[in-house]
Amino acid sequence: MNIKEDEFIDITDLVCPITFVKTKITLEDMEDGQILKVRLNDGEPAQNVPRSLKEEGHKVLDLSKNDDGTYTLFVEKGESV
Amino acid sequence: MALTDKQMERYSRHVILKQVGGKGQQKILKSKVLVIGTGGLGAPATMYLAAAGVGNIGLVDFDTVDLSNLQRQIIHQTADVGKAKVKSGEETINAMNPDIKVTTYNEKVTAANICDIIKDKDYDFVIDGTDNFPAKFLINDACVITKKPFSHAGIIRFEGQTMTYVPGKGPCYRCVFKEPPPPDAVPTCRQAGVLGVMGGVIGTLQATEALKYILGIGELLTGYLLTYNALTMTFRKVKLPKNKKCAVCGENPIVLNPVDYEANACDMR
Repeated sequence: MNIKEDEFIDITDLVCPITFVKTKITLEDMEDGQILKVRLNDGEPAQNVPRSLKEEGHKVLDLSKNDDGTYTLFVEKGESV
Repeated sequence: MALTDKQMERYSRHVILKQVGGKGQQKILKSKVLVIGTGGLGAPATMYLAAAGVGNIGLVDFDTVDLSNLQRQIIHQTADVGKAKVKSGEETINAMNPDIKVTTYNEKVTAANICDIIKDKDYDFVIDGTDNFPAKFLINDACVITKKPFSHAGIIRFEGQTMTYVPGKGPCYRCVFKEPPPPDAVPTCRQAGVLGVMGGVIGTLQATEALKYILGIGELLTGYLLTYNALTMTFRKVKLPKNKKCAVCGENPIVLNPVDYEANACDMR
């Protein structure tokens, strides 16, 4: 999938719930409609981070597995979240 | 000013909350709360505010730590007996959270100094953690006059109460209780006793109100008195009307400056 991101963070070195906290704080400082690319680990982060972002009103555009076993998530900042 | 990685972790349970987030946590870190009385109510209120990251905390108390305080005033330790309460409180806060700047006022609040103390750091919110009526009226009048929101509370035996005043929104303490009872008409908790946990319950509610005010979320106890009875385990939320004839916040106020009332003889040691 070919999506152009505005910001990128790598949360593979973080553990739950800081994975979500870091993603949430990064999105807070972005503009509505901007896109954040996130590199995250398989398992809990890949399961929980996209779900929590959806609950906050953000739009998960894509979640795909990388060759090294990590995931790449594209999320669009929801309006006034 | 963004949150540091350490702050992101320390306050993560706040940041996760939709009503708080990183921005709300930054509001908390920039806020200034004055806690008057570092005792049964002030101790738990201060500790939760410090843990929450309230960036500037002012502590006012003239007294020193007494062995009989330790049954409920959890900010003080056994080794602190004899130490100024504000000093002991400051040490506890510093050990809990390095993000907090503490200002101590080792004095009794009086009509002469209270407005200067409130204005000293231009505090956002005041917590009344005092144990006597003259101080409670003094704090109410000073907050109405300086237009500061504050949380009133009192505890005795197995009962407690709290209400929140916000300028221009609902009644003040004097709207409800017109003036202090005559000295010695009402026992203090020194004479009547108090279950140690009462300060924890009510003081923590006061800290909750301060945090909600700072974050601008939820509904405050403005226009309500919340009472708690630990024996029957009952909370009651009583609606309070604003008094147009209130001597301090009414249409024609006659209390234009804070007043010192006579203290209960037992309070003057």
